[in-house]
Amino acid sequence: MTLVLFSYFAAVIVLAAIGVIASRKPVNSALALLVMFFHVAGLFVLLDAEFIAAVQIIVYAGAILVLYLFVVMLLNVRAEEGYHTQGVIGLAVGFGILGEAVMILGRSGFADRFPPSSAPSAVSAVGNTEGLGRVLYTTYLFPFEVASLILLVAMIGAIVLAKKGIFGKEGKRS
Amino acid sequence: MVPLSYYVMLSLIVFMVGVVGVLIRRNIIVLLLSIELMLNAANINFVAFSHYLQNVTGQVFVFFVLTVASAEVVVGLAIIIALYRGKATIHVEDVNRMRW
Repeated sequence: MTLVLFSYFAAVIVLAAIGVIASRKPVNSALALLVMFFHVAGLFVLLDAEFIAAVQIIVYAGAILVLYLFVVMLLNVRAEEGYHTQGVIGLAVGFGILGEAVMILGRSGFADRFPPSSAPSAVSAVGNTEGLGRVLYTTYLFPFEVASLILLVAMIGAIVLAKKGIFGKEGKRS
Repeated sequence: MVPLSYYVMLSLIVFMVGVVGVLIRRNIIVLLLSIELMLNAANINFVAFSHYLQNVTGQVFVFFVLTVASAEVVVGLAIIIALYRGKATIHVEDVNRMRW
């Protein structure tokens, strides 16, 4: 049963990912990415990470992708004709690295050391969200604060970059 | 049950699709979308290893990846808007002011 669900999610994820990079219009790319986000969230549920799945849908599909669609529709660019001139080389490099990585993964026996476990993890004793919160707010409290600082810097940077003439002589509010 | 190597393989494929997308596309917005693909591949790996190692730290790190991804999106889109205002293009080969 799990294998069937995994196969479905994996197939849709790969197809949607190819759709993101293959479709001509940026809007179609963004919508394919939306499909992929939802199926990645389904994969997270399969892996007993319910809270991360919810956050994936809320933050990625709800906030980040809406921002993308907003900018795509704001700029209203024409559909592009053809790919980059280095497209063939790019494809060759991509498939080369992919083949190499698959070969390395096939030769290495690391997956055998992690047998498929159905035993309840230490997290599920208190529930996924509570276990995650305990670790996040105790062990990783300092990285959590640094993450908030990153968000603050990104916010200020976006305002500085996108607002016209904020430092120049036309910086006075009109 | 699904073995761990399936998840690693899926994440590998998604990551490579992202790399190819960065290499072959000309539209900067699609380049940013490809970067999102790569970050999501990393997230799949984190959560899969967190499940198989019975350790919740992997899911905590998905949080930080999410934070960095949103910061990257915000700054990237602001750069795109500033670029479009200045040059009226979002194709990568039209933007070479800082190349050499």
